[in-house]
Amino acid sequence: MDLIHIIYGLSFIVFGPLIGGIIAGLDRKMTARMQGRVGPPVLQPFYDIIKLFSKEKIAVIYSESFWVLAYLIFIVITGMLFFAGGDLLLVIFALTLAHVFLILGAFASSSPYAHIGAERELIQLMAIEPMVILTAVGMYQVTGSFFVTDILSHAGLLVLVLPGVFVGFVYVLTFKLRKSPFDLATSHHAHQELVKGLTTEFSGPTLGMYELAHLYEIVMLLGFVYIFFGMVPAIGILAVIIVYFLEIFIDNATTRITWQPALISAWIVTLVFGGLNLVALYLL
Amino acid sequence: MSCLQKSPWIIHYDASSCNGCDIEVLACLTPLYDIERFGIINTGNPKHADIFVITGGVNEQNKVVVKNIYDQMPEPKVVVAVGICAASGGVFRECYNISGGVNTVIPVDVYVPGCAARPESIIDGIVTALSILEEKRIAMKKRQIGAVQ
Repeated sequence: MDLIHIIYGLSFIVFGPLIGGIIAGLDRKMTARMQGRVGPPVLQPFYDIIKLFSKEKIAVIYSESFWVLAYLIFIVITGMLFFAGGDLLLVIFALTLAHVFLILGAFASSSPYAHIGAERELIQLMAIEPMVILTAVGMYQVTGSFFVTDILSHAGLLVLVLPGVFVGFVYVLTFKLRKSPFDLATSHHAHQELVKGLTTEFSGPTLGMYELAHLYEIVMLLGFVYIFFGMVPAIGILAVIIVYFLEIFIDNATTRITWQPALISAWIVTLVFGGLNLVALYLL
Repeated sequence: MSCLQKSPWIIHYDASSCNGCDIEVLACLTPLYDIERFGIINTGNPKHADIFVITGGVNEQNKVVVKNIYDQMPEPKVVVAVGICAASGGVFRECYNISGGVNTVIPVDVYVPGCAARPESIIDGIVTALSILEEKRIAMKKRQIGAVQ
């Protein structure tokens, strides 16, 4: 790993939330337009986060803010590893660890709504982990390396040899971005069912840290989409835009489903698209 | 304008209202009025909310609930009482179980008149509440600085 990659990794700390915030702002604007509304300003996610940090800190159990801080730190580390061209497996495991911290934060209080959210987040992890790992394995099969730098320097578009893995990854991306139909753990639209699910007990600065971590996460996950098209940056960026637009469209076109079909469909997609793609790679 | 004024999240509670005002509150979220253009989100969770939008005259059974929601909201916070029942009890004022207005239980910052209150006047009430919210934020900051010194 040379100096330029370390600079990429470090610049993620600053540019991650900036780019993520603008993406989230455009997301809200576009969602509003799809619903025939004017929508909030594009910079709204930044206003929300700055506001949350200026609020009073109320906590039933103080350990929850520690867990959420750990979640934020590990998400940042995950993104840094990814953008510094690090090992994909390490990135995936660090991402999972970050989510474990978030779940512990939700389980810290005794609120039933936070507990339902945390349990559903665990189910979501179960649903998406196989596909995320298959993505790394598929990339290794093609390029012979788990390092993002090597994968990016591979000659040829990865998506052409890994179309099934790509479809599977985009499918589980909906879970990760917390969009309908898979916004089971926490959602702005599930008052009657969840209150706020996973984040019910987080208030003020704690919720601010959670929202900030989500911005980092959006950028890192879209980075995953990008490396499928790594050889041609222009196509890569176009693909990221199209995939995110599709996510917004699906978010607005579908309703939240229960955890059973969410889990089963994710595993079926993993097995059919991801699994068959890998078998085909092995045989050919 | 501070970020707090650009991002006021509300919690809406029906304290024994006839549902007339509640429908008007929800009408504010529809494409016609779209309060999200002011950054307002209906959170449904007191721990995330900045503005407590409350309708109805408050009866003996939900007195505790109203107080509980108010206490769970982090400072700075404001209360907007929507409709004439929330202001004084309205036509239900003389009922044996009605406490007669939200201010008998928690302090109210803005009263929105009407039966039912129109969406335009509810939005006006919430925008008025924003300046009070900002005053409270500055007062809270001064208190914190004072506490440190």
